[in-house]
Formats: sequence, C-alpha cells, structure tokens
Amino acid sequence: MAVQFSQDTMNKVQEIIARYPEGKQKSALLPILHLAQESFGGWLSVETMDYVASILNLTKIEVYEVATFYSMYNTKPVGKYVFEVCQTGPCMIEGSDEIINYIKDKLNIGVGETTQDGLFTLKTVECLGACGYAPMMQLGKHYKEHLTKEKIDTIIEECSKSASVNN
Amino acid sequence: MSIKLLLDKVHVEGIRTYEVYKREGGYRAAEKALKTMSPDAIVEEVKKSGLRGRGGAGFPTGLKWSFLAKPEGIPRHLVCNADESEPGTFKDRYLMEFIPHLLIEGLLIASYALGSNNTYIYIRGEYAWIVDILEQAIQEAKNNGWLGKNILGTGFDCNIYVQRGAGAYICGEETALIESLEGKRGNPRIKPPFPAVQGLWNRPTVVNNVETIAAVVPIINITGEEYAKIGVGRSTGTKLISACGNINKPGVYEIDMTISVEEFIYSDEWCGGIKNGKRLKACIPGGSSVPILPANLLLKTAKGETRYMNYESLNDGGFVSGSMMGSGGFIVLDEDQCIVKHTATLAHFYRHESCGQCSPCREGTSWMDKIFQRLEKGQGKMSDIDLLWHIQYNIDGNTICPLGDAAAWPVAAAIRHFRDEFEWHITHAAEAQTRNFGLAHYADPLPVVQ
Amino acid sequence: MSEEIKKEAPKKFTVTIDNIAIEVAPGTTILQAARMIGGDVVPPTMCYYTPLKESGGKCRTCLVEVSKGSEKDPRPMPKLVASCRTTVMDGMEVKNITSERTLHARQGVVEFLLINHPLDCPVCDQAGECDLQDLSFGHGEGGSRLDFPKRTFTKHNIGPYIQLHMTRCIMCYRCVFAADQLTKEREHGVLDRGYHSEIATHIEKALTNDFIGNVIDVCPVGALTDKTFRFKNRVWFTRPEDAHRDCDKCCGKVTLWKRGDDVLRVTARKDQWGEVQTYEDGTVGWICNECRFEKKNTNDWVIEGPTNVSRHSIKSVNHYINMLKPKETIPDVMGRNPKLLMDIHDVSEVNDPSIKLSKINGPATSKTFNKLIENKE
Repeated sequence: MAVQFSQDTMNKVQEIIARYPEGKQKSALLPILHLAQESFGGWLSVETMDYVASILNLTKIEVYEVATFYSMYNTKPVGKYVFEVCQTGPCMIEGSDEIINYIKDKLNIGVGETTQDGLFTLKTVECLGACGYAPMMQLGKHYKEHLTKEKIDTIIEECSKSASVNN
Repeated sequence: MSIKLLLDKVHVEGIRTYEVYKREGGYRAAEKALKTMSPDAIVEEVKKSGLRGRGGAGFPTGLKWSFLAKPEGIPRHLVCNADESEPGTFKDRYLMEFIPHLLIEGLLIASYALGSNNTYIYIRGEYAWIVDILEQAIQEAKNNGWLGKNILGTGFDCNIYVQRGAGAYICGEETALIESLEGKRGNPRIKPPFPAVQGLWNRPTVVNNVETIAAVVPIINITGEEYAKIGVGRSTGTKLISACGNINKPGVYEIDMTISVEEFIYSDEWCGGIKNGKRLKACIPGGSSVPILPANLLLKTAKGETRYMNYESLNDGGFVSGSMMGSGGFIVLDEDQCIVKHTATLAHFYRHESCGQCSPCREGTSWMDKIFQRLEKGQGKMSDIDLLWHIQYNIDGNTICPLGDAAAWPVAAAIRHFRDEFEWHITHAAEAQTRNFGLAHYADPLPVVQ
Repeated sequence: MSEEIKKEAPKKFTVTIDNIAIEVAPGTTILQAARMIGGDVVPPTMCYYTPLKESGGKCRTCLVEVSKGSEKDPRPMPKLVASCRTTVMDGMEVKNITSERTLHARQGVVEFLLINHPLDCPVCDQAGECDLQDLSFGHGEGGSRLDFPKRTFTKHNIGPYIQLHMTRCIMCYRCVFAADQLTKEREHGVLDRGYHSEIATHIEKALTNDFIGNVIDVCPVGALTDKTFRFKNRVWFTRPEDAHRDCDKCCGKVTLWKRGDDVLRVTARKDQWGEVQTYEDGTVGWICNECRFEKKNTNDWVIEGPTNVSRHSIKSVNHYINMLKPKETIPDVMGRNPKLLMDIHDVSEVNDPSIKLSKINGPATSKTFNKLIENKE
C-alpha cells in the first residue's frame, strides 16, 4: 500500500499549511502527523513519516524527531481501539489502578500490549485533564469518564461489536 | 452567592452556539472595545483591573501586554495557551467545551489590543473533540463578521486558528509551546530573549492562558476599575478552581477569592465536604506542581490566621508552611490516602514529561521516580528520604524552564510535611503494603508561630 | 578596517567576576568575559561551543550567581544563570568560585551528568581528552549515590567512520547543531523524550555527509568517537603535530596524532578551551571527512611542528615542546645508571612498535592486532 493522502485529506493539508506565514510550513507538522496517523492505520511508519516530510519539504530526521517526542504519536503499530488509562495522582486516588488491572485481566494483556486479534491496546498515560471525572481513559477522540468495571465491560463489548459489524 | 463573571451563563441552554451566546449579551465587549477604545486603552484597562495570569505563575497580564515589542513592519502574534495538562487542572477544558464563544470574544479583544492579525489557540492534543467545538465557534464568529477582514468596519483584520498539540505537558511552558507551534520538539527556549521580543517565528508574541483571555471580556464589560473591586488585595476578579479528589462535588467553580479554604471545601455551594464522611488529610491547592499542605496548615496559616482562596493567603508562609494558587487545580486527599504513593505518581508524571534537554531535570526526575518506586515496593532505605531531599534541592532553580521546579516542589513539600509517613513506609515496609498511614496527626492544630 | 577604527569606540561594559573587573563589548556573555580574564574564574562548560550557533544553556554546569544585575538595576538575579547564554550588563557583578551556592549547584549538576554515565574510561577512546573527566575531577564527589542499574540503549551502527556510544552521551546537542550548520542535510537528531532521549538516526543509517566527522571533535565525551582510531592507542601515548595539506573542501589545517611515523588519528586544531580553532580571518577550522579519515600517511601532510599542549593536560606526558625534564637523581645517588630489568617488547607483543596501527582497518582489538603479528612472522 503506497502511502498517499486521499484528495479530501490533501485539501485539508493544504488548508492547514495556509494558516501559517510563507515559508513557515513546518508549523503544520503536528496537525499533519495527526492526519497521517488517522489515515494510515493509527500509527506512523517510517514510510508515513517520510511522506509527511516530502509534503512539507522537511528533512526526514526533523519529522522523526518530532514524532518520537510527542506521546500521542505511535511509532509502533497499535490495536484498533487504544485504551489510554490515566494513572496520575487524582485518578489514582479514585482507583485507576483497579481499572488498569481489570482491563489487563479482562483482555489478558499487559500495559503497552495489543490483543492477539489486533483489536485492543492498553496504554497508561499521564494526566489527561479530567481529574474531576476520575477514573477515566481516552478512547479515540473522546474521553470515557467515571469508569467502573461494569463500564469497562460495556465499552469492550461495544467495541467488539462495532468491529465485527465493520468487517 | 458569590459573583460570577465567566460562568454566569454557562448553564443557559445552547450557550455553545453563536445565537444564544449573542442573545445573552455576548460580543458586547468586543463591540465596545473595537468601536470605542484604542488598543492602548484596552491594555490600560487590563492593567487597571489587576488581572493576573491564570495559567499558574500569576504574572500581571496588563504588564505582560505592555512589554510586547512593537517594531515597524514585523507582525505580532497572540497565542492562547490551552495546553492544560497540570494534574488536577481541568478548568480551561470546561470553559472551552461549554462556552467557547467567550474565549473567541476574549481573543478578538486581546488580538485587537496587541495588534495580532493571526492568533493561534494551542490546545492539548487529547482535547480532540474540543478542537471541533472551537473550530465551529470560530466559523460562526466569522460568518457573523467578528473575525476575518475589516471587523466591524474598523479596518482590523483578525484570524484565529486552532493548533492541536500531541501529548506533551512541557508544551504548556510558553517557549516550549512556541517551539511546538513552529512544528518542532517541545524543548523550552533559553530566556532571554523573551517571547515578547522574539517569540513565534522570532516575532513579538504574547502567550496567555485560556482563562486569562476569557477574563478580558468581563473586564471590558464592567471596566477595569470595577473588576479590581472584586476580590481582595492583589487577587482581583474571579478565579476558576477545578476541584477533584475525595470530595462530594468535584467540578469547576468560579470563586471571587474572598472565601476561606475551609468554606470552599465544606460548603455545599462548592466542594460539598469530604466524600463518605471521611476526614481531610491533605490538599494540593493549585495543581500538582505546588506544595502539598497537611490539613492543619491548609485551613490555618502558621500564624493561626484563616487561610483564604487567593494568591497571597495561599502563599502565606512561603514554601515552609504555605503553598501557591498555581493553576487552580484543587486536589483533596482524605484520611485513607497515602502521601508517598500520591507523590510517587507525581514523580512519575514529571519524569514522563521532562523534555530531556537539561541535565538536572532529565536525570533528576528519573532518579526520584526510581526511588519512589522502591519506596512503594517496600524496599526503601532510610537514607532515601534525605537523598530525595538532596535531589530535589539540586534540581530546584537550576533548570532551563520551571518544569524542574515543578518536579522538585511536590517532593520537597511531601517530605517537609509528611516525613513521619515516609519513615513509617520504610520501617514498616510490610505493613505499608497492606494499609495506609492514615490521618495521624496531620489535622491536629499546630502551635501558632508568631 | 582603518575606517572602522576611526569611528567612535563603542561603549564598553564593566563586569566584575569573582572580584576581578574587566571591560567588555556589549553583547558579550558572562562566560566569554570570564574567559578573557582566564584562570580559575572560568566556569566549566559541557554543551556550549563558541563556533556553533544556538549551542549552550542545556548542561547547566556553567551556572553562576549574579549578585548585582547592573548599575541601573542593582537587584541580584534570583536564580543562578547559565553564564554561556547570559549577556553582561554594565556594572554587573558575578560570583563563580566565590559563591557557595554556585559551587553546590555545580556539584549537583556533575552528579546528575555522571549517574547514568558508564565509568568505562579505561576502554573509552575519549579518555584523556574528555571534558566530563575533567569536570568530575574538578567538581565532582568521590562516590556515587545512585544504586540503580544505569540507563542503557539499543546499539545503533552509524557507519564506517563514527562510533556512537549512546550510554556515554550527556545530551549537549552539539553534534546536532554541528550537523545542522556544517553539512548539507542533517541525518541524525535527538529522538524520544526526557530520560530516554537519544542521539539516533531512527532508521539504521550510515552518516556519510562530508564534514559530519566534525561531530567527533565537538562531542565533549566519548559518545561519538573516530572509528578509524578505535582502540588503536590512548591519546596520551600519541604525539600531536600540526600539519596541513591543500584541500579543496576544507581549510586542510589539522592536528595529526602520531606514534612514530604512524598517523593514528587526524583531528581539527583545538584552542585552549578545547574548541575547534577559529582563525584570524574568522573562519572556523572544521575539516572534511577526507582529511580526517582517509589521509593517514605522513607524506599526505606538510608537518608544521609539534602542537602546543597545555602542560596541565595528560596529553602532554608524551610531548616534547616546552617540557622541562626533571633532573635524573638516581645516577647521583647510585653512582651509575639504573639497569633495565627487562624490555617490555622482549616479553610481550602488546604495542609492538613495528606494527603500523594506522594500517589496521577498523578497531585495533587484540584479534586484529594478533593477526598482524602472525602475518609478520
């Protein structure tokens, strides 16, 4: 599969580049890496990063440097659904440890691992700015807050269901 | 009831949309500012209001604005810092999610005051859905002539763009934010030069927190003088506090900085008391970076005076017996919480978020984290406490940016106020695995220092 | 030039460092001013490198206390400042070695730099000219308080010229700036973040850009070393000589590090601060890969004479310029010269002087060395 944005995404890319002054197109790197990650399987392969570098006329290493700095960019493949559970202080008070352990047992994976069917990845992350609604996790674009074991069950069930429908 | 300036309309049905926001008196301040005031007059007004930066440092906003260099022919920029990542803080998210037009209006006024034609909102990458909300609001504002070219016929052009970060706490530091906005790694710059002289793309730049920008709207509406009358001393106006932890009503509250800490925790109007009828053990009053205080020093200062929710009172006693207002992330811990474990999660946080540029922070935060992990596993040594103290002391003040200080302070305060809990963790290693130290004497009244 | 002199001399700033006053041009940094004074008041540096723009500020070893901001605003600066990136003001007073606070902070920084640094100096090619060795000798503590395993990295091969030892790296960013400012396209950089940040190429890649060899010269520690010199000799056993050749890519002015007639290593010429020499016309003496890695014959070069090495440096032990030979005392006492009990070369083949180390391709490990001995026989 050659790495190539669709025409729609390419228009979006051009629109993003136009936000910055002439010659400052490097500023568009972060948003475009987000787009690339969404478009090409949820992670950034070397091929993808090189492609982004060619669009923005940057050296390859500049893109690698940025992609490895920010924690939201995955430089290794991840599952279709990534559970990013917050484990910082305020969430810990509200029992994030239990939630993490529950997900581990339920999916039979460790932190940073992906289930064999390639559906779920469990990650622990640092504060996501939802301390009042703890414990919480990020799933895709949205937050899942006030987590309980029952809620986790429902979320996993829903994800599995929608995955089987899409296939 | 206390005064509400930012969140008074937040519960109005549909306030997220332009129509409702406008109907409720929105964009009145923008109209007043652009049509009747000069940019300098707005800066003056903000100076008069005594507004202080709401991101954590509390630097007077008007003063910051007046430092902006204005060389001929070089564009200037306003950047809104929405990279809210301080553990315990979620106030900006609330503001942007529920009343986005307030921020847009504030940005328009501030852009006009500072002469920024291209203004950027740098929002943390995880707030992906809020990006959509903000972009929607910007589009609506544009459609109604509040953004774009020649706004209200004044000849002032302004565009606002939302830039999404990608997961880095350090990008909340203004120079790291600028680097990130330039598409680079979020390594803080070495100051000077300050952003007001050489910021984004080496142009003069002002970086302000979301809440600071939003507060400009009521300041223009009611005038700076009136705004300065609210609150007490140099803590003028209202402040958003995001309360979390073991309390009955976690959430975002707007306070006018005259209420006491005790009232804030126990009153039903605010936190509603400690959850499950437990007792208060400790509290971090301004986001994870500021010193933690035990219950006795939180409610009363070392002089025995009541502690209030404002910049000066929270800072009373300095770092020895006081704390800071910080970003307003109010984390409450009840008697069942373990201070060592809580501080360990924070040490881990700072290790994870250090950019790795300067040696004290890169090496020091990871060293502290390793020691905390050992303490948590019950393998700690008595000398570890002093070692932690020395490490934090060697980091504090010696790094490029304040992240080093932010990593050092919570550790320092935890050891300073909860040393016996640390010692118990080491002497009773096995027991510490099964139960917590408990409240102990941390709520007992202290002898008053004169 | 003469016209410029006619202009009114620009105002000079007076700055006092450790009670020594000096007049400097505005825009001078505290570090530069201290270097003009010289001696003990010069703060040590690990990341700052004069010929590299934007370098400095990161390692925090050059922190100093500013006890008086300027004549106009005499308030002291609340925090210690990085002297390499802070410009002087008129009337500024700086405390370096006279400030307890500075010395304590520096000791802390040295500890931080060392906790994850492997103490493999005995096998490190940088030993003897390593800034971190000097720094820890001058400012460090005797022991280490770290009782955890040290940080490790996956090893990366970055080509036939340069050896990367990431564990030794102190993240000074000098090599990144050097690649940015000297080569056509930078191919290596700082990847990852915080504790795990590393100098790498992300994809396995050989660094072959012309002038990339200069990253070896700018590296303050043994993280980037010359692969063609690897394990060939200790620097203090080699004899440095200044030499030059006509090179169409670079200035061609180098220092040869020799053993006998054997050229073991070629580097750019360094000044007294260990930085690549800046010549009178303002050019910096960076050298190209060809001069550095491929000209290992004495007759490739025009020898100018022995390099001036500070006699405080370990490198001066094998050096014959400006050297005062101590008076031989044994003949006086014994009435005869001491007898040599054995010649090391009679019993061991190690460092056999007839073996040309420069002819060994790659590291001179015992395996490669022994093979040469066998062939000789």
